[in-house]
Amino acid sequence: MKSKVNIKTVSYYATLGILVIFFLMPAYMAVVTALKQPGDITLPTSWDLPATLNWASFSEAFAMLRPNLVNSFILTICATAGSTILGSLNGYVFSKWKFKGSEIIFTLFLFGMFIPYQVILIPLFQTLRAMNLYGGLPGLILAHIVYGLPITSLIFRNFYAQIPDSLIESARLDGAGFFSVYLKLVFPLSIPGFVVTSLWQFTQIWNEFLWAITLTRHSENPITVGLANLAGGQAVSWNLPMAGSIMAALPVLCIYIFLGRYFIRGLLAGSVKE
Amino acid sequence: MAQVKLNNVVKNYGNVKVVHGADLLIDDSEFIVLVGPSGCGKSTILRMIAGLETISGGEIVIGDQVVNRVSPKDRNVAMVFQNYALYPHMTVRENMAFGLKMAKEPRDIIEKKVNQAAATLELGPYLDRKPAALSGGQRQRVAMGRAIVRQPDVFLFDEPLSNLDAQLRTQMRMELKKLHLQFKTTTIYVTHDQIEAMTLADRIVILKDGYIQQVGSPIEVFERPANVFVAQFIGNPPMNIIKGKCTRVNGAMTLVAGDLSLQLPEDKYQDIAEGKSVLIGIRPDGIKVRDVEHRIREEWRKEATVNVAEILGGQSLLELNISNNRFIAEVEGRMKLHPGDKVTVGFELDRVVLFDPETTEAIA
Ligand SMILES: Nc1ncnc2c1ncn2[C@@H]1O[C@H](COP(=O)(O)OP(=O)(O)OP(=O)(O)O)[C@@H](O)[C@H]1O
Ligand SMILES: [Mg+2]
Repeated sequence: MKSKVNIKTVSYYATLGILVIFFLMPAYMAVVTALKQPGDITLPTSWDLPATLNWASFSEAFAMLRPNLVNSFILTICATAGSTILGSLNGYVFSKWKFKGSEIIFTLFLFGMFIPYQVILIPLFQTLRAMNLYGGLPGLILAHIVYGLPITSLIFRNFYAQIPDSLIESARLDGAGFFSVYLKLVFPLSIPGFVVTSLWQFTQIWNEFLWAITLTRHSENPITVGLANLAGGQAVSWNLPMAGSIMAALPVLCIYIFLGRYFIRGLLAGSVKE
Repeated sequence: MAQVKLNNVVKNYGNVKVVHGADLLIDDSEFIVLVGPSGCGKSTILRMIAGLETISGGEIVIGDQVVNRVSPKDRNVAMVFQNYALYPHMTVRENMAFGLKMAKEPRDIIEKKVNQAAATLELGPYLDRKPAALSGGQRQRVAMGRAIVRQPDVFLFDEPLSNLDAQLRTQMRMELKKLHLQFKTTTIYVTHDQIEAMTLADRIVILKDGYIQQVGSPIEVFERPANVFVAQFIGNPPMNIIKGKCTRVNGAMTLVAGDLSLQLPEDKYQDIAEGKSVLIGIRPDGIKVRDVEHRIREEWRKEATVNVAEILGGQSLLELNISNNRFIAEVEGRMKLHPGDKVTVGFELDRVVLFDPETTEAIA
């Protein structure tokens, strides 16, 4: 086949190239700034490459953000696990153990997906305070578990719709009850569903800032808040927040690099017949 | 093993009634086949017996227990689904052992039972494979094996062979028959296939629109259908049904249809009112074309013209015009006949069935 180079292809690639540069600009800025000496960071030279590489920014930023990173891992792992496992159970009920009114309840559930974080901030704050959970990680974990349920339940419900009902019925006739059907049959068949859902939840919760800053006291701040504090003071050494934000982005990035193909496959699952 | 009783069983979906008061007594170790057109409620009845569908009215009794409110796992029934419903993440061995594990049987007993069932079904070499690595016929066997190992009181089958090709289907049908002779478990079997129904059933239940039309042995429903629906549903080609009248000719009760008149046998239908309109039912294999002189009484022999002749391997189908009535005849052997040929046919009138044209019920 002869490759055709004409105005059309050239303009496509030119547009794409410009967009790529545009999208990568912040990343570039973060990396070069992180690697500069604090003294070299000035507005006029901000686009320049660093004169000498200052790797110490990373260790310094890590030392400062360490407690926040630990908090974030605790928060994200607990809340992701909680919302994913509960979502899976919900999806199981909504797809395989339908009861009178379950469709209506499911629809109400879905409304939860369209509520932005900001809208429920104040009632959430009041509720957590009334529950004596305000200020610590457990409260934030609880909030994220509950807030995550609509989307995780939806993903699992649709995932389980692919499991033929006759499989469940067969297991019930074989003597399995509600939980044994789930544990022996539905759960082993839903690993891809778990990958997709936990990826999603992990990213959402790891990156969340507003609730994090409102609902936790200083010692319990997760990484997003820690990062903001790092950048928020007077006379900031900009290399530190930049190094910190690169570190903060790493876990999510790694997860996508290693599990991303499951994500795509999971989202597409069921769209084609086997 | 157990008896199964349906007492006035009703099933509604909202306002839609799909089973209307079904009564049925299934004996211990009986093989019952449910047949009927698509949507008549066969699967629904089966699933109510299994407990997968709630019962809207009446009661179902298995053994001596009313099971209306008993959950499926406590009914001790096993079901084989049309799509087999094998657990995809388990090996054949685990599939078969699943029910026993749920029943908390000891390990060595499970092992023994699974191996036994595998031997019966010749599944030995496949025990460690997953279902995806099996052929359709092998999956079918695993589904069967999973049902057998549990030694349930009742087997339920919902069109278990319909996904197999014709050859395999015949083979599995015979194996099913053997299994039933061996285990003598009460069996309720749903099928679309007439041959399966005829060969497997102790008794056939014919359903239409959620009503039981007739319950009887294969021969009974074939020879003495309860109504026109059964007459035409069972048997392929279906029974010939033509309009006619009953009258006395020279004192003998006679059927008249157009130019055709046939004297009824002396022991049948003698007390029908004179002049009553009837539907006359004659099976295609009740019209003989060969050796008619030896086999059929003289009054029942008629002249016929061939409209169409089809040879189906071992038998032939003829469309005949007999005194301006159209009949299908099924005759043994290959008859080399051509449209327009004249033949003498004989009616096996001792097998005739008469129906009331208004109710379409068979006349006693
Ligand atoms: N969940 C349901 N809601 C409403 N109607 C239903 C439902 N399930 C089944 N039906 C209706 O009940 C009737 C009986 O269905 P059933 O599945 O028992 O038929 P069937 O005899 O098994 O047919 P087939 O031979 O096609 O399998 C059908 O008319 C069907 O439309
Ligand atoms: Mg059916």
